[in-house]
Amino acid sequence: MSKAGLIRLVVLVAFFGAVEALCRTGVISPKLVIAPTAMVEAMVNMLASGEMNDDIRQTLSSVGIAMGLSIVGGFALGCVLYWAPPLRRTFDPFLAAYYSLPHFAFYPLLIVIFGLGSLPLIVLATLFAMVAMILATLTGLDRIPRVLIKTARMQRLSLLAEIWHIRLPAAAPHLFSGLKLAVTYSFIGVIAGEFIVSTSGLGHQIAFAYDNFDNRTMYGLILFVLCIAIVFNLLVFAYERRLARQRGL
Amino acid sequence: MTVVARLTDVSRIYPPRAGHAAVHALGPLSMELRAGEFFSVVGPSGCGKSTLLDVLSGLAPPSQGTVEFEGKPVAGVVPEGVGVVFQEDASFPWLPVEDNVAFGLRRQGMDAAEIKRRADFAIGFMGLNDFRRAYPSQLSGGMRQRVCIARTLVLQPRLILLDEPFGALDQQTRLLMGDELLRLWRETSATVMLITHALDEANLLSDRIGVMSARPGRFIDVVETGWPRDRDSRLAERPDFGAVTSKLWSLLRTESMRALGQGAVAAQ
Repeated sequence: MSKAGLIRLVVLVAFFGAVEALCRTGVISPKLVIAPTAMVEAMVNMLASGEMNDDIRQTLSSVGIAMGLSIVGGFALGCVLYWAPPLRRTFDPFLAAYYSLPHFAFYPLLIVIFGLGSLPLIVLATLFAMVAMILATLTGLDRIPRVLIKTARMQRLSLLAEIWHIRLPAAAPHLFSGLKLAVTYSFIGVIAGEFIVSTSGLGHQIAFAYDNFDNRTMYGLILFVLCIAIVFNLLVFAYERRLARQRGL
Repeated sequence: MTVVARLTDVSRIYPPRAGHAAVHALGPLSMELRAGEFFSVVGPSGCGKSTLLDVLSGLAPPSQGTVEFEGKPVAGVVPEGVGVVFQEDASFPWLPVEDNVAFGLRRQGMDAAEIKRRADFAIGFMGLNDFRRAYPSQLSGGMRQRVCIARTLVLQPRLILLDEPFGALDQQTRLLMGDELLRLWRETSATVMLITHALDEANLLSDRIGVMSARPGRFIDVVETGWPRDRDSRLAERPDFGAVTSKLWSLLRTESMRALGQGAVAAQ
């Protein structure tokens, strides 16, 4: 393990150890925070009982669909805007200002349009995540060095071969940053949306437990959501490391 | 004497764009490249040397005039048989050296054994044997430029165009790369056109040197060096070497000052 990794581990252990001690000695009231070991216990019990399985399934499938739509759609729209400069000039101000909008304020409107259930959440998360992918795609395509395009022409490549063998790999690092953001934003979009008005899903269950002073369930769920997010991020990180190694970095 | 490429009354004018007037970058100029010669182009900065290369290679169409390669017209498409090496690093960072080198052959769908044979030769020729599995990010600038030369070399071009390929390298590396370029030129019997701003380099490497005026670039003169085909950087020790460089500079001095003036006006 690297030195930084070791220090990180020590910090984490010290932090959770301290919280554990403060909770167990009653310095921190269980009405506020329960001990980390109790959180783990609550999460394990909850998973073992299977009571949350439907909510887990619903949330993860919504996240998955939003992720897929925003990555594929964002990439496609990014390409369209890149190859149609007038269109891009038209939408540039909207794209630039997009993330200053409070997206979740539109959630009630989406419910009116799409009804209750998963659909408005998927739409919300996709809207939230897709623009990150569009912007990353545009940046990636913009930053392809001109000399590589010239090289493609010197190699007498067809347009398709140029895109596949030169433009996409050259833009890949930026596309990947967009992908990472889209993954994260899909998570945030779905779970935060569920908090507000949904009648099921992990976000709703956390809000429900909170409303009922059910700290054990609430912290168990929060820990579970955290675990899923961490696992996803680790997977993406591992894949990114692999790509970087393929470039000798 | 066979002519490989011919430019007749070629000019290149960049059309006006928002806030900028049209730029007359090149010409009108005419030139011929003779089969198997090493031709260099020198000229003040901004005189249209790179534009000349773009037009000659087919990367950019001429605004007026005609370009021919091996008797066939060239217009906006790089013909088979022409290889270009650029000033900037054009290696593909996502491919190891041997895949960079074999890139063009794979796209042509050549059979694997022949690809390997040709790539092995080019990799060996450019001294990249120890770096076959290395990625460009692990190589120095000079080594990356060798990768780009090897990637062009495997295509077995009959005309090789180089746009200041050693511009970013230090002086010692430049001299060594120049020697390798001469070796490549001798052993492949390709015709070579080199764009450079270094008068010594042009002198050392070339059979003929085209001297360009400030923008819009035209040829003021074409200097014949008369060096033996079998030459290398030790040529610089010859007493008559300096005379050619002096001649190039005397041709270029006023033009370079004019170009500086243009730059000063453009900067205002």
